[in-house]
Amino acid sequence: MDLTRRDSLKLGAATLAGAATGLGLTLPVSAQEPKLDLKPEEGASLRVLRPAKFVAGDEKLWLENTEKYTKQTGVKVKVESQAWEDLRPKAAVAANVGKGPDIVYGWYDDAHQYPDKLVDLSDLGGYLDKKYEGWYDVCKKFGMRDGKWIAIPLGAAGARIVYRTSLLKEAGFDAWPKDLDGMLKATTALAAKGKPGGLALGNAVGDGNTWCHWLVWSHGGRMVDEKDQVVINSPETIAALEYAKELYKSFVPGTLSWLDPSNNKAFLDGQLSWTINGISIYYTAKNSTDAKIKAMADDISHAILPIGPVGRPTEVHLTVPAMVFAYTEYPNAAKDYIRFMLEREQYVPWQEASIGYFSQPLRAYEKSPVWTSDPKHTPYRDLMANMLWPGYAGSLGYASAGVIADFVMVNMVAQAASGAKSPKDAAAEAQKRAERYYKL
Amino acid sequence: MAGLLNNRAVLSVLFMFPAASILLLFLSYPLALGIWMGFTDARIGRPGIYVGLEQYLSLFDDDVFWLSVFNTLVYTTVATIAKFGLGMWLALLLNHALPFKAMVRAIVLLPYIVPTVLSAIVFWWIYDPQFSIVSWSLVRLGLIDHYIDFLGTPWNARWSVIVANVWRGIPFVAICLLAGLQTIPPSLYEAAALDGANAWQRFRHVTVPMLMPILAVVLTFSVLFTFTDFQLIYAITRGGPLNATHLMATLAFQRAIPGGDLGQGAAISTAMIPFLIAATVFSYYGLQRRKWQQGGADD
Repeated sequence: MDLTRRDSLKLGAATLAGAATGLGLTLPVSAQEPKLDLKPEEGASLRVLRPAKFVAGDEKLWLENTEKYTKQTGVKVKVESQAWEDLRPKAAVAANVGKGPDIVYGWYDDAHQYPDKLVDLSDLGGYLDKKYEGWYDVCKKFGMRDGKWIAIPLGAAGARIVYRTSLLKEAGFDAWPKDLDGMLKATTALAAKGKPGGLALGNAVGDGNTWCHWLVWSHGGRMVDEKDQVVINSPETIAALEYAKELYKSFVPGTLSWLDPSNNKAFLDGQLSWTINGISIYYTAKNSTDAKIKAMADDISHAILPIGPVGRPTEVHLTVPAMVFAYTEYPNAAKDYIRFMLEREQYVPWQEASIGYFSQPLRAYEKSPVWTSDPKHTPYRDLMANMLWPGYAGSLGYASAGVIADFVMVNMVAQAASGAKSPKDAAAEAQKRAERYYKL
Repeated sequence: MAGLLNNRAVLSVLFMFPAASILLLFLSYPLALGIWMGFTDARIGRPGIYVGLEQYLSLFDDDVFWLSVFNTLVYTTVATIAKFGLGMWLALLLNHALPFKAMVRAIVLLPYIVPTVLSAIVFWWIYDPQFSIVSWSLVRLGLIDHYIDFLGTPWNARWSVIVANVWRGIPFVAICLLAGLQTIPPSLYEAAALDGANAWQRFRHVTVPMLMPILAVVLTFSVLFTFTDFQLIYAITRGGPLNATHLMATLAFQRAIPGGDLGQGAAISTAMIPFLIAATVFSYYGLQRRKWQQGGADD
């Protein structure tokens, strides 16, 4: 059955392709449309690892799109959702032993840890670039190495200020301030009214790294410079840590031990007036069966992360790159699957279903209806346009990944904010810790 | 062929082969590989080359590593003492005639039966700064006016994870010691009673020496399990706050797998071995001195 269907599909595709080539000269519009001829191998089947859903719609649509792909191509695809923290080790082990899933949707700079174990995706990267108005700059940083595409970014799960509109009003502010001074005034006013906020300062992979990097970068502090020299112990970093110390005073107690889910739980329980998070809090509230939580959705607003003294956005968001491992028997099918999921017909409904939990890597999707269907989604639209990368302003690789995994930035901010160390000492310690990685 | 099979030497090699090959394959090989990797700069996806003691020299200069060594020693020492004190007490209680004896003994084993990560998640909720049932109850009872920050300060967090480990480890100690207690012949207690020994003297001079061989074995295992604990910490704190609960095992994982630095992770794991050997040697030989067990003095 499969063979017959696939054969007929291939025949159809070949006919279409032939027709397109034949008509190319006479129909310029069709000729401009970029083409990528990736014929899945005969009898191909794929095993795909991806992050477990954080919002239900994401996985549902992903599986539906996958089914659609199987129907259209005959390629059987087995999708396995992995707990977020298991994904990186599993991808790494697969790279190491040369056996495992064909495609892994991993994290951040995973591809730069084992670039020589991956299939060259340059044709796919170039095709999508042309077709969808280009990649954001940061995507090239994540996806390319030595001029070649080694991973195709799927998008980024990003963070925004999530706050309770009514509480902010009560504290005397109409909207979330756009600069850091204003933010400190707002958070202090909220805390004074007994409505604290809170940000994770424990070893929280997503939330902790996101906000601590943003804050330090917003003041001009950086872990390394363009030449990978560690420069974290700087007056700019110390200024950021002084700010963190003030901000911490407006936090709810206990944030030093917070892991990734902690702020979601506390916010939805009504204990927080603000936090920094993905759109998942709003999604949960909006879809809750509990009337009290559902009512909270109307009161939730989102705002972009304030701009600091450097005068431009300095964000980092959880980026998901798709990698194809060199050991796969079906590189074409794997590439084609990644392409299929990023094509408009699949990507737009997928973004819609996850109410924009993942923001796009390609400029064309800025126009996705999800960003305007509810004004509360809009702040999450330009995540990848505004973001830098872990290990900014240096290169991606072993050292940058090691520093992130060891929570050097998060620990430094936590030490200074909580008063466990002075900002000066915390920055000095971070410098020493980071140098161990960048020395190797 | 038949002659060969009748040869005792050939037979013994043959019979030992399955067990020996399992041990070699699943125990010796990974251990040797781990030790070797500690001398390389292996990273995930790259085999690495021999770098001698570089990883260890780098660790020597690493405050986070030394903090994890300190945490591990505190964790193991305090938790083991608590587990043995409470476990012995529980074993003595269970050794008495109790109503529903079998059922009570089964219930005691529960914490040990529940998968570690499940009990760890329960403790994570118990210690949650916003949702702790303990804080909630105490506030409701009017005993405190704000929630306890169980995991938010270094020492609070250390005590909290130690309590979780003790809760989980007591059944193992209690049940093993109970088994030991039941092997002590009642006639020894009778003889002691006839000699006029009181309860403490019977415990000190009959129970403890008779229990010592099993105590040594249980202590060895308990120290090993505690020293190499990973799941409780990983689920409850991830090593936070400020790395105050990072054990050597969790730090090794963090550096090796999420951080990709297999060589360094292997070096941290290997650095655990001397501690483990010392603990084993102490509890095995130190507590198994025959003369002492038989009431004699040390030489």
